[in-house]
Amino acid sequence: MATTVIGTREIRPIRFWESTNGQKAIMAVTGIVLLLFVFFHMLGNLQFFEGREQINFYGAALRRFPEALWAARVILLVSVVLHIWSSVKLAVRKNGARPTGYTARKNINSSYASRTMYWSGPILLAFIIYHLLHLTAGAIQPGGAFVEGDVYGNLVKGFSVWYVSLWYIISMILLGLHIRHGAWSLFQSLGMNHPRHTPLLKKLAMLFAVVVVLGYVAIPVSILAGVRP
Amino acid sequence: MRVTLKIWRQASRGGSGKFVSYPVDNVNPDMSMLECLDVLNEQLIERGEEPVAFEHDCREGICGSCGFMINGVAHGPLPATTVCQLTMRHFKDGETLTLEPWRARAFPLIKDLVVDRRSFDRIIASGGYISTSTGGACDGNDILVPKETADRAMDAAACIGCGACVAACPNASAALFTGAKITHLGVLPQGKPEQDRRAIAMVAQMNAEGFGGCTNIGECTGVCPKEIPLEVIAAMNRDYLRGSWRARDNVVTPIRPFTEWSTGSKLKNDPTGG
Ligand code: HEM
Ligand code: SF4
Ligand code: FES
Repeated sequence: MATTVIGTREIRPIRFWESTNGQKAIMAVTGIVLLLFVFFHMLGNLQFFEGREQINFYGAALRRFPEALWAARVILLVSVVLHIWSSVKLAVRKNGARPTGYTARKNINSSYASRTMYWSGPILLAFIIYHLLHLTAGAIQPGGAFVEGDVYGNLVKGFSVWYVSLWYIISMILLGLHIRHGAWSLFQSLGMNHPRHTPLLKKLAMLFAVVVVLGYVAIPVSILAGVRP
Repeated sequence: MRVTLKIWRQASRGGSGKFVSYPVDNVNPDMSMLECLDVLNEQLIERGEEPVAFEHDCREGICGSCGFMINGVAHGPLPATTVCQLTMRHFKDGETLTLEPWRARAFPLIKDLVVDRRSFDRIIASGGYISTSTGGACDGNDILVPKETADRAMDAAACIGCGACVAACPNASAALFTGAKITHLGVLPQGKPEQDRRAIAMVAQMNAEGFGGCTNIGECTGVCPKEIPLEVIAAMNRDYLRGSWRARDNVVTPIRPFTEWSTGSKLKNDPTGG
């Protein structure tokens, strides 16, 4: 019998890195970093509703400690890169794993969000790039000139353009879907599942997703509606 | 009752296949799905046609031989039921049933509805056992096992290796199967000594076979005839992470899947003659 020994990953970190389970663990840990970012970024943004002064002050405050700002950015960048790297590795595997597809296959026990992670993820990536170019770098200036430091003004200008807001809102809904699955799935990936706790985790993931979507979407919606603090 | 069976016919591994529709009259509603195929096959043999190849053995839902997709659902519409236990009364009179084999790179098709699931055997061989010195049997209660632990082990050990989890998974991942095997030994005191090694070796073999990676979607547990819970996948992840962290030995030696179609490799000595 041909039992050739293959893939002897002698080096432990490489073996881990190359395994599906290792990649999922990397996704989970980087996912936690991204989830924390998403939550605190939302809290920061909501200062928009306290008026021009508060949100501009917040923007300036973040820039007062460039070392800390850049440290956070580097951590986020590394997380995003590792997160995407793992998702690409898993996607390549997925694409190779079923050369002949089914004529009919019905889903009977899964959420829409879980089945569309490979869609919501890459679209989020496109959104993140756009978002950085728009509101961080000011390289894209829909609705009027970007003014460095005037966070309030930049938000109002950008989101007054309906398609900018629409793209933002759609992206946030996809983020919500991504979180609705990701925020409980990461526990599973890290080896935590319990018949009593996991159903609760799924509910919390849903709650988290809803809060995040509402928190982010509130800003473009109120700007479009003309309600300005 | 009568049904129309639309069945995937494929003469051999290399060849191409297609769906062929067979009307079957006089179906007794109390027949199982497999008995319905038996009836069809008798008719085909009388007509001098090639009977439909499907796998079966115990016909009482415990061996894991049988299984195919019925209208897009592994083992058909009834939860916790293998196709050998699925009776025809669960279908409507006159219904068309589409029967399709498991489809996965690691399950190369052999003929019609039969696929080669030896990738599962190789996963088990890589670590799904405990090493023990043989000799006189020890006393039954030498090693105390709490009832709850025994129940958990038993629930995971209920996996019959049918492959429905892989078939239903959008990623074609074998995580539920491998997780069940890792869990049923890992929670017991007899399995603890090899827990780390087992998880690393079985995951390595699972990955070598060309299954997809699990993304916690959950279709597997929905079709599993033994209702193996997703919890076993978390247990596998836990054992794997812990094992990787603590591992000292690095002698993981997955063996090459010898069904060449499953790897795209060109091995000379394929025992199936592929
Ligand atoms: C703010 C942005 C993001 C957050 C908060 C986030 C969060 C998460 C979390 C928590 C998971 C679950 C991990 C696990 O189950 O182990 C996940 C999975 C996933 N992420 Fe992201 N992610 C983000 C951005 C992205 C991007 C930009 C991509 C792709 C290009 C992506 C692709 C994926 C994919 C494909 C999965 C599915 C893998 C799976 O479920 O196993 N994500 N994400
Ligand atoms: S886990 Fe369930 S579906 Fe998968 S092989 Fe075992 S019994 Fe079959
Ligand atoms: S024939 Fe044994 S489980 Fe169906």
